[in-house]
Amino acid sequence: MDAILLQLLNGLDKGGAYALIALGLTLVFGTLGVVNFAHGALFMLGAFCAVTLRKLLTLEQVVLDTENLTAWGTPTEIRTPYVEAWFGDFGAVLVNYSVPLAILLAIPVMLAVGVAMERGLIKHFYRRPHAEQILVTFGLAIVLQEIIKHFFGANPIPQPMPENFSGAADIGVMLGMDPNVIVYPWWRLVYFAFSVIVIGAVFAFLQFTTFGMVVRAGMADRETVGLIGIDIDKRFTAMFGLAAVVAGVAGVMYTPLLPPDYHLGMDFLVLTFVVVVVGGMGSLPGAVAAGFLLGILQSFASMTEVKAIIPGIDQIIIYLVAVIILLVRPRGLMGRKGVMES
Amino acid sequence: MNLQGIFSMSRKDLTTLVIFSIVVLALPIWLQPFGAAYPDLMQRFAIFGILAIGFNILFGLTGYLSFGHAAFLGVGSYTAVWTFKLFSMNPIPALFFAVIMSGLFAFIIGFVSLRRSGIYFSILTLAFAQMSYNLAYSVLTPITNGETGLQLESSDPRIIDSMFVGEQAGLPVSNFFGLEMSGIPGFYFCAIFLIIGFFITQRIFASPFGMMLRGIKSNQTRMNYTGFNTRPYTLTAFVISGMYAGLAGGLMAVTDPLAGAERMQWTASGEIVLMTILGGVGTLLGPIVGAWLIKYFENIFSSFNENVLHNLFGFLPDGVESVVVEITSMFVGEGWHLTLGLVFVLVVTFLPGGIMEGYRRITAMFTGGGGDGKKANADDKQTQPAE
Repeated sequence: MDAILLQLLNGLDKGGAYALIALGLTLVFGTLGVVNFAHGALFMLGAFCAVTLRKLLTLEQVVLDTENLTAWGTPTEIRTPYVEAWFGDFGAVLVNYSVPLAILLAIPVMLAVGVAMERGLIKHFYRRPHAEQILVTFGLAIVLQEIIKHFFGANPIPQPMPENFSGAADIGVMLGMDPNVIVYPWWRLVYFAFSVIVIGAVFAFLQFTTFGMVVRAGMADRETVGLIGIDIDKRFTAMFGLAAVVAGVAGVMYTPLLPPDYHLGMDFLVLTFVVVVVGGMGSLPGAVAAGFLLGILQSFASMTEVKAIIPGIDQIIIYLVAVIILLVRPRGLMGRKGVMES
Repeated sequence: MNLQGIFSMSRKDLTTLVIFSIVVLALPIWLQPFGAAYPDLMQRFAIFGILAIGFNILFGLTGYLSFGHAAFLGVGSYTAVWTFKLFSMNPIPALFFAVIMSGLFAFIIGFVSLRRSGIYFSILTLAFAQMSYNLAYSVLTPITNGETGLQLESSDPRIIDSMFVGEQAGLPVSNFFGLEMSGIPGFYFCAIFLIIGFFITQRIFASPFGMMLRGIKSNQTRMNYTGFNTRPYTLTAFVISGMYAGLAGGLMAVTDPLAGAERMQWTASGEIVLMTILGGVGTLLGPIVGAWLIKYFENIFSSFNENVLHNLFGFLPDGVESVVVEITSMFVGEGWHLTLGLVFVLVVTFLPGGIMEGYRRITAMFTGGGGDGKKANADDKQTQPAE
């Protein structure tokens, strides 16, 4: 029982990341009808927003202390980040919380990147076959990741989480069990909560605002909405921007869990596509549900007990599920009729 | 079909084949001025040419975009190295088993994946390729030797070789009845397979089977309504295409007896797609041109570094020079993939038919258009893939 609960929790943070990326991917697909292979790259760009902010915050000033000499007889160097020198303790807090703060940087950056991407390139591919959309966004993903590689190098760059969250939470105690039975890192819980909030916000935006209503109407019947006299294209562009922001902030918050490198996006992209297909192309709840489901399944498959029965299952479980789903339930778990059918 | 039927070709096809063979066999000569006439690179030219024409049989004719072709390449390589280890260093059995194994593998994957089309097919093939890759890295380590990659060892049994040759010192080299498969002989060995592969592709393109595949590409529903069961045709195309990839993988192992799982990664599949698109999907020569260009420029661009650039732009004033070098260095050396990605985006956007379409447009411009323009339009319609 404990073990099962622990694995359930283990799956949640990864599932959260899958769900967030899949949500954006589905949003783009449902609105613009574009299969975006560059969506993983947006996740990666978000992660590098966090890296950039931390780099900026930790720029150091060097003061030479001539009183204390090092063993070599040179003055000791005292390095303090500029922000700490300027703002004192508040600066230290800023550095400590660089990862969550990076969300503030990521939102405008990703919005700009998303809109630029849609207006600059993807706009021209609405009427082209899906194969060409896949190809051009695949090329774009390569370009984005190579640019990042040029500026940040090829090695993963670890990002520390805020110190207050670096420990582990004893969840067993909270649920009235013995201590030290279920111990779970705080940041993973934060990530899960964060993903739930973002997903909730996106759904609320679509469900309860006029803008969201128009977008949903456009997803259902683009032509009619256009005939009423609404400039649906503009709103769809905004949705692309929103999808980029969602992927970006998902990337920002994921950095303490997995040090980002330039091909982070590609790694996640393949999995997320599988998630989207399992959930059903074009279905937002499907994407979210499938994201968490596959995250949890993956964590169960990596239990030693399961691996003892079927060796290697943890490596392939997600793909295996996708293959089975596609064959027995071609529309995915919650796919709508008539979306992307041959 | 009798032998004569198989070998009777239209005059145009025959001319193309002859010219193509001459061009391929003369690679070591005409590549000299380009500084690319060394065996290692030319072997890659031939091998990736085979890979690209094989992929083109599937994507170019049927419009099914497979993102998992690297898996067959990997299977071919592993099988070939195992044949080397177990039986003989002669490349013929190795290639034979490589083609058979990858064909079987393609049959299984194709049988499942081809139930869906369009993007679902792409994702299914991608999923299978990733599964193979992950398994090759983890559970199948006894077969694939995991991260280290499968290599020859002096303790390998090599049943057939040990009967005839006996013990040798050091690691053996793959040899075709005594002719070592490295350097120029290795290139010619691959080149012959490239020419044979090209010939078979030509025959497929011109055959009723090829027409059927094109029919599937332009309108599968109509094909179904006409009473054709399209799946056996697409499956055959998939298996043939997988066998080409297996042959290419086998040849990689022949020229360098080593197989690693990274050959199966999906970025490797992406590279195959890049080659085919760049050259021209659905054309006979396009994929080979694409493969050669990518491999050639990869070789040239990767060798550039800051020093070379400083020499190159040395004539510019100092300030300007360092800026120019800074900018160009993004695109060469380590940044070669950036150039590749950019070129690819541009090609897909402006020239979906690849270099071959560009070539046709240019010739049409000089010959006054007219008839050629019409033909170009007809071909444009053909590039609609199956949805």
